[in-house]
Amino acid sequence: MKDKMRKMPTWLSYLINAAFLFLILFGGMQIINSGRLSTYYIRVIILCGINIILALSLNLATGFLGQLPLGHAGFMALGAYSSAIFMRFACNVKMLPPTLMFPVGIVLGGVFAAFIGFLIGIPALRLKGDYLAIITLGFGEIIRVVLLNIDDVLGFKLTYGAASLKNIPKTTNFFNTFLLVGITYYVIHTYIKSRHGRATLAIRDNEIAAESCGINTTYYKTLGFTMSAFFAGIAGALYAGYLGVINPSGFGFMKSIEILVTVVLGGMGSMVGSIISATVLTAVPEMLRAFSQYRMIVYSLLLVVVMIFKPSGLMGNYEFSLTKILNKSGSKKKNKKGGGKNG
Amino acid sequence: MAESKLVPVPSRGMVPERDVSDRPVLETLHLGVDFGGLVAVDEFNMVIGKTEIAGLIGPNGAGKTTVFNLLTKVYQPTRGTILLGDKDTSGMNTSQVCKAGMARTFQNIRLFNDMTVIENVLVGHHNSIAYHTPNAIFRLPSFWREEKEARKRALELLSIFNMEDTAEAKAGSLPYGAQRRLEIVRALATNPTILLLDEPAAGMNPTETAELMENIVKIRDTFNIAILLIEHDMRLVMGICEGIAVLNYGKIIAKGTPEEIKSNPLVIDAYLGKKDDDEVEDDA
Repeated sequence: MKDKMRKMPTWLSYLINAAFLFLILFGGMQIINSGRLSTYYIRVIILCGINIILALSLNLATGFLGQLPLGHAGFMALGAYSSAIFMRFACNVKMLPPTLMFPVGIVLGGVFAAFIGFLIGIPALRLKGDYLAIITLGFGEIIRVVLLNIDDVLGFKLTYGAASLKNIPKTTNFFNTFLLVGITYYVIHTYIKSRHGRATLAIRDNEIAAESCGINTTYYKTLGFTMSAFFAGIAGALYAGYLGVINPSGFGFMKSIEILVTVVLGGMGSMVGSIISATVLTAVPEMLRAFSQYRMIVYSLLLVVVMIFKPSGLMGNYEFSLTKILNKSGSKKKNKKGGGKNG
Repeated sequence: MAESKLVPVPSRGMVPERDVSDRPVLETLHLGVDFGGLVAVDEFNMVIGKTEIAGLIGPNGAGKTTVFNLLTKVYQPTRGTILLGDKDTSGMNTSQVCKAGMARTFQNIRLFNDMTVIENVLVGHHNSIAYHTPNAIFRLPSFWREEKEARKRALELLSIFNMEDTAEAKAGSLPYGAQRRLEIVRALATNPTILLLDEPAAGMNPTETAELMENIVKIRDTFNIAILLIEHDMRLVMGICEGIAVLNYGKIIAKGTPEEIKSNPLVIDAYLGKKDDDEVEDDA
């Protein structure tokens, strides 16, 4: 076993992984630029990417940290609105070149969601299990209701409430979505494979033992929750630039549940599971549009079947590793990560 | 090696005062906790010297594990003081107590079952690794250096129990005895000055227990730490403990060397039962 691990130096495996991602990225760009894919398919692929980021971010809080927050759509909404408002503003006053506007908007969305996530996390993470689920559900709804009513009550012209925030610059494309999926995956991966990640997993497995090992559980829970909110905010910002129109009702309780379903279906604690399941759960309803009246039945059936036959989720807590496969045999290169990452 | 003994606080001496050459590693003064109206532990005074192996015994429900939970701040004491070296631990939480030098194992094993054996030990190393989150995310040189170092130390620690071969196995898949040993290794990884073992021999057969006794002494000699253990196996307690405290109904009823405890009538009444009854375990 040790011999196999030693076969490839770490820097080389990082290089190969990076090269592999770029291969998919440029392959994808080529296909899209060649015009062989219709706009509809490209939009589905981008939506897959956004949902992958959402699933990965919730997986950090649920699968790795072992908490059960139910207000994830709230953080997505915060990211979406903060970046949308910024981008509209930046567009109007033309203070930034368009190339800079998008990254700033994305980071702003992430940071704002992370900040609110931090504020919510401090009181909420004192609770566990069902109680945490309910309090985060409450906070998620508060965020939605505030976005809905803040203009009416305070007289701003920020969110336009139920009338929807329109004319958001459509900055989201395949390239930047894919890049952000890659960054999200990389950051969560490296975070989990570090001493901080070990502390996070230890809290999930046994909180009292983790604390007895000298781990500051409050700190790591808050940090994990904040990071989770950060990436949800980024997904939200992408989503705003993808749709061009956002409305608070799109970030309700059902959206939170949908993200949770994705994570559970893919396997809590498996990032590749989240990627696959987000792709499947985004693509299947789209593919089934032709049989619209049976669409939701198939979707629900899929969930029920997976939960019966594989209660730990599609991938359990299995983690796909290109390096491991390359070490085992030189050939099995082109399956899972390619399919999953393509979104 | 400095042979210091478990000594009673002078004011409540039950056995003649002993020589504590160094500053004691652990000292509790009037420690007590109430759960509602129930006084679970009261007037718990003990001193543990450097590199001493001390035993805490008593019938089931006497409050032994509660004492451990008080020492490690899983429960906050209602009254009393705990001095860890020269630090007063009041106001600290469990993780801070651990950083101050107290490590423990649990009566019912609490490993991180979904993590590998070596990762369990590395969690113990958590506070001896210094790199910050950005270093980890950007994989800076300090990350690689410190991770390599920590892995090396973890394997060294595992080697005291000859467990290097199982380093990559899931902790939950280990046999029972190995899980107990891994818990001790994980506790040692936090670099403690005192190690609390909660029934380390529970569920072990006589051969394993004998091996464990040797190992406890070996750990003490290698790491120069004090060890306080709760145990029901009298062979183990009488065999390796230098000082023993007997707890009954949350109060210390006797303190002293194994010989003194064996012949103490209070202990025999409360713990070992009537003289013609050879049962070791007894429901008080």
